[in-house]
Amino acid sequence: MSTFYFIAFLSVFFSILVITAKNPVHSILYLILTFFTFTVHYILMNAQFLAVVNFIVYMGAILVLFLYTLMLINLNKESEPRKSNLVKIVGVIAGACFLAVIVAATKTLGTSQPVVLNNPGLGLVKNLGKILFNEYLLPFEISSVLLLSAMVGAVLLATKDTKTA
Amino acid sequence: MDKYIWLIPILPLAGFIINGIGRNTLSKAVVGFIGSLMVLISFGISVAVFFQVKAAGSEFHGFNVSLFNWFSAGSVKISFSFLIDQLSAIMLLIITGVGFLIHLYSVGYMKDDAGFAKFFAYLNLFIFFMLLLVMGSNYLIMFIGWEGVGLCSYLLIGFWYTNPDYADAAKKAFIMNRIGDLGFIIAIFLIMVVFGSANFADVFKLASTKDFASAPFTLITILLFVGAVGKSAQLPLFTWLPDAMAGPTPVSALIHAATMVTAGVYMIARSNILFTLAPVTMHIVAVVGLTTAVIAALIALTQTDIKKVLAYSTVSQLGYMFLGLGVGAYTGAFFHVLTHAFFKALLFLGAGSVIHAMSNEQDMRNMGGLKGKLKITFITMLIGTLAISGIPPFAGFFSKDEILAHTFMHSTPMYVIGVITAMFTAFYMFRMLFLTFYGKFRGTHEQEHHLHESPPSMTIPLVVLAILSIVGGFIGRPESLGGHHWLEHFLAPVFAKSAPLLVTPELSNSTEITLMCISVGAAVLAILYAYFKYIKNAHVPVTDTEERPALVDISYHKFYIDELYDTIIRKPLDALSVFFYKVIDKMGIDGIVNGLGRGTVDASKGLRLLQTGNVGFYIFMMVVGIISILMYILFKA
Amino acid sequence: METLTKTIQGVPLNHYILLCSIIFSIGVIGVLIRRNAIVIFMSVELMLNSVNLLLTAFSVYRGDATGQVFVFFVMALAAAEVAVGLAIIVMIYRNTNSVDINVLNRLKW
Repeated sequence: MSTFYFIAFLSVFFSILVITAKNPVHSILYLILTFFTFTVHYILMNAQFLAVVNFIVYMGAILVLFLYTLMLINLNKESEPRKSNLVKIVGVIAGACFLAVIVAATKTLGTSQPVVLNNPGLGLVKNLGKILFNEYLLPFEISSVLLLSAMVGAVLLATKDTKTA
Repeated sequence: MDKYIWLIPILPLAGFIINGIGRNTLSKAVVGFIGSLMVLISFGISVAVFFQVKAAGSEFHGFNVSLFNWFSAGSVKISFSFLIDQLSAIMLLIITGVGFLIHLYSVGYMKDDAGFAKFFAYLNLFIFFMLLLVMGSNYLIMFIGWEGVGLCSYLLIGFWYTNPDYADAAKKAFIMNRIGDLGFIIAIFLIMVVFGSANFADVFKLASTKDFASAPFTLITILLFVGAVGKSAQLPLFTWLPDAMAGPTPVSALIHAATMVTAGVYMIARSNILFTLAPVTMHIVAVVGLTTAVIAALIALTQTDIKKVLAYSTVSQLGYMFLGLGVGAYTGAFFHVLTHAFFKALLFLGAGSVIHAMSNEQDMRNMGGLKGKLKITFITMLIGTLAISGIPPFAGFFSKDEILAHTFMHSTPMYVIGVITAMFTAFYMFRMLFLTFYGKFRGTHEQEHHLHESPPSMTIPLVVLAILSIVGGFIGRPESLGGHHWLEHFLAPVFAKSAPLLVTPELSNSTEITLMCISVGAAVLAILYAYFKYIKNAHVPVTDTEERPALVDISYHKFYIDELYDTIIRKPLDALSVFFYKVIDKMGIDGIVNGLGRGTVDASKGLRLLQTGNVGFYIFMMVVGIISILMYILFKA
Repeated sequence: METLTKTIQGVPLNHYILLCSIIFSIGVIGVLIRRNAIVIFMSVELMLNSVNLLLTAFSVYRGDATGQVFVFFVMALAAAEVAVGLAIIVMIYRNTNSVDINVLNRLKW
């Protein structure tokens, strides 16, 4: 139980660092840490498949992609022009309002039952695979098309436009 | 015989098609020959049909010749069929007979016209539609003919369409006819709704049964009468007929005197049972007819255009026919249609002959003294004039007196007005005759040099019509004059249903003869007055620029009826149109449309300032929006 | 494994919701206060992940694996989104020599 709160604290802590770090590279590194705590959350809930996917896809692929991009455009210096303090305060207030609304909404639900893992095999690959390839076969196939088109799109966008350039 | 009946209307149609297609290739002789021949054959068949009908006796109620089913919708079945009975048999004779004579006349009259073939094509088409009108066995076939003759009338009035006045006259005739046609078509719908059929036989059979005692006869007949008013140029829609004289003279004779304008009378005579069942309408018909007769006669008194005099005379005579219909003298009215067809066609053709001789001069003030030069024309026109004036033993006397006798039984004041109108008729007709044929020649020297009698193709129809105008009346010689009124007995089956409903006090022979003497005396008086005024005193109507006495002026200007219509109908309509155009359309509709466009543009101009283009601002607004929505959902619950 | 999963026993669902809301809000704030397009993008990823976590928590809570399948799809979507998004950022940088979103103020009229 206390493990959860500790990990939760780490998640919040690192995510705050993500948005406050001046150097974008640091931001990415903190983001990796945040995602790592998320992976731990998944493991705590015995969602093994998601934990692995999160670890490999997010931390391994997506965030590396971020780093590559940063490297490509050579923006590792702390040269980001700062927003004015007023904008920051307004932004924080807006975010806080958002949080307050959601918390208030959660409060109206009243006290909740504890999360109990009744079926330990719920998040295992075997179980998820059965569901994925039975009920969700079509969305699964369509998502492959989505990924393909995203790939084509990314290549198309990132290629130098020979006509204008 | 009924196997060949369909040939009667088809032959003129064939003539129209042949002449219409070959108008540029066929020679004038061929065109004239085809056009006339087709009508002549039709006439021949019509004569055979007539004798067949005559032989069938008084119990014969006509036979139906069904050609094909035109259309059927639900329970309504309309077949394309012809009804041949006594009434239509006589109409067939008039149309094809007079029609043939006028075709013959046109060969001579139109020989120098560039549109010769077109003219004959139109004439044939007219004959076709007119035959359809009288042969139709239901109101819809009648309506086809009704509209068709209106179309031909329009085409032929505007025959010389290069003259804008003539084209306008054609449009006027067409539009005025439309007003009447609207009434007619509503009446047809009403008949179909009430009786479930447009067939003459069915409708008339049902109408006299008790089941339909409460049917809206008055409404139906008034609407039918509106149609007749338009087609037969009665008040208040008569102004198109005088203007219709813009067409070639044979057209005036055929369409605007002998046949088409009597279609209204035919239609009412055909629907006689409906009218008999609606006494209110009968009164209206009588009053409208009488008023038209008087007003048209008054206008005719001072006209100087020879064709205009005849046109107003036609309107006046049509008024007589409607008076006859209104007082229940269906036979008399139809008798007048018959005799009028003879003598009015004769008068028009005679006038055409005069105009032909005078090199297209129509103003009587420039004529005079033509008696010696145009002998045949003069004699035939004299006969026609005597006939229309009601001098015995010419045709007009018998028919007019029958109408007047019935009017006398109906109402004495109406009779008096009728006799006065007859006096006017005699006066203006003899005025026309005297101004044209007597006195000194008043035209130009060139015209005098050109004066000549018309060719035989024109004089033969004149002679034939003159003979008919003399003897035509004897088919309706009343018993008081030793006849037995053959026409009345012949037509009796047509009016059989109405006869018991019309309670007419029998008129004794002596009264009838007295009435005849009165009207003949009045006519003779009028002729004598005309004689003294225009021959003894050689009075000539003043030119347009000179002052006229007030009453003459009003009459000369046709009671300013055209001007009146212009003021009370056309101008307000124009003003209304301008109002709709300028205010409703330009300001209202255009204003709304343009205003919407302009408003959108202006609003967009203001709203686009909200778009700073700053992505950060957009994100911020998005968050604010999400928060707002969440709060709304939260606090709503 | 069993002992590991025992550690979450007794954590109320509301606390999961709270945690995810906080992280989501942090993402929102990050989007609002940063001008670097890449950092904003990372904040968006943060939001996506917080939702993923919550979906998983619900899935476990209700014993229904559908939630986890959905997370899988969200991840696939996120991968696609990141690929295209980063490509766009690269292109923007190439055109404007900056990833500052305030430079992108031509998005009007």
